[in-house]
Amino acid sequence: MTELIDFISNNLQMIYIVVLMIFVGVEVIGHVPAVLHTPLMSGANAIHGVVIIGAILVMLGADPENKLALSLGFVAVLLGTLNVVGGFVVTDRMLEMFKKKK
Amino acid sequence: MEYIFGLEFIYLIASVTYIIGLKMLGHPETARRGNLIAAAGMTAAILGTIFLYEGEVPTFIYILIGVAILIGTVLGWLKAKRVQMTAMPELVSLFNGMGGASAALIGLIEFEHYHGNTLSILTILGGIIIGSISFSGSMIAYGKLNGTFQKPIRIPKYNIINNLLLLGLFVFAGYIVWSHTESQLFLYLLFLGALVYGILFVVPIGGADMPVVISLLNSFTGLAAALGGFLYGNMVMLTGGILVGSAGTILTFAMCNAMNRSLSNVIFGGFGDTDDTGAEGGSKVQGSIKKASVSDVAILMNYSQKVIIVPGYGLAVAQAQHAIHELEQLLESKGVQVKYAIHPVAGRMPGHMNVLLAETNVEYDKLAEMEDVNPEFNSTDVVFVVGANDVVNPAAHNDPSSPIYGMPILDAENAKQIIVNKRSMKPGYAGIDNELFYNQKTSMLFGDARKVIQDLINELKGM
Repeated sequence: MTELIDFISNNLQMIYIVVLMIFVGVEVIGHVPAVLHTPLMSGANAIHGVVIIGAILVMLGADPENKLALSLGFVAVLLGTLNVVGGFVVTDRMLEMFKKKK
Repeated sequence: MEYIFGLEFIYLIASVTYIIGLKMLGHPETARRGNLIAAAGMTAAILGTIFLYEGEVPTFIYILIGVAILIGTVLGWLKAKRVQMTAMPELVSLFNGMGGASAALIGLIEFEHYHGNTLSILTILGGIIIGSISFSGSMIAYGKLNGTFQKPIRIPKYNIINNLLLLGLFVFAGYIVWSHTESQLFLYLLFLGALVYGILFVVPIGGADMPVVISLLNSFTGLAAALGGFLYGNMVMLTGGILVGSAGTILTFAMCNAMNRSLSNVIFGGFGDTDDTGAEGGSKVQGSIKKASVSDVAILMNYSQKVIIVPGYGLAVAQAQHAIHELEQLLESKGVQVKYAIHPVAGRMPGHMNVLLAETNVEYDKLAEMEDVNPEFNSTDVVFVVGANDVVNPAAHNDPSSPIYGMPILDAENAKQIIVNKRSMKPGYAGIDNELFYNQKTSMLFGDARKVIQDLINELKGM
């Protein structure tokens, strides 16, 4: 129990961010026309590619002798990049089609 | 935890670009710019993380990171650029899975560095479970959408087995946390268990519901990324992850609403289970169908005043979007009024048909949304249903035993004549019969959509 209270008081800033971001997420998506659901999902998909930052941090902080950690980290960075680059490019391609209207 | 002002500032800006980007993605005029803004923020955050890192890092690690990013960029770029418009939904699922796998791998590596810190271990295990489910689930969804595994596979009592497995995963994770074990074996067992759960979670769900599943797994990956942010005290991961987790959840519910179904019905419902013992299969439709020839249909259309086209996934599969646009222009030049009636969930994803038809430069005001076009069917001479099925099934209105009962549909049955193009009499993704096909006013025009439409165009040109 003390551990939990410690956790909350130590991480109050992050807890605030989590709570506020939940509301921002709800607000941002509300009342979007169904037509844009697919690009929106795809755009959101690219944004959670932010997980790549974690993968990079793993690599930067890894013990240079730990081959397993380095290989897994390498794969994690690669997959994270796929998520980010592929996600944004695919979203852009979907939206490119919408733009063609005159 | 060392903070560098410069990096924190970049993270703040990046977080703002995600919010603005998502907001702009919600409006057709600003959507593309919004995506680019978020991409710019992401690039800044990645470069900042690498170049503003405090601490001694051997050069070869930088090289490894560089190589991984380079490979990922080239592969992701090529894959995204080369994919056909019809395959985009499954690609979103694929990339989503990559993010989930990345989150799970981070957890696998970091486990040994946080021994003794209960909450960090809890965060790590959470990231592994959610990330792995998202990965394996997305791969199955990817396979279902590209046709590798079309049929929902159900082991008996799958709901009970799945829920027990999930419960087991939580209990096992709890055991790892509170026993303070350092066993890597247990960690990998948990990882494997979560992968298996992801597969079992998606396998019983029908292909028509994959958009909802992908959206749900999308928000899972967001959550996994946010857990990583919690672990490192990294604000950009936290904001980006929670934002997607929350937005993705709302989007999931919005998609369920468009189909008039609840999320639990999608996940546990066993939708479209025709060989089920009857409880939810919907009643069988009796009657005979009428076949039409291409020239019959061409004549009918030529002398119509108003034609409404109802596109569905079959149009996308046959790559018939250009052909249908040509047919539409040809009819217009003959004085026939032509419109497209777009059901919100036609195709494999909401908005799928709009994207597909926009590719061919169909004029925007020709794409009519369901609510606007439904009253017009009464005054329509011919409805041309191309590769759509469930979205025009009248059972949604008048058969309470049907699994799609209550779903809003396009009232194609109100038109004077209905022409249905399908490859065969196979039921749609919902796996249920469609009484519209047996309607007195309906004629079936069997064949591949592109070929049939091309033949229609040739016939019409000769008139």
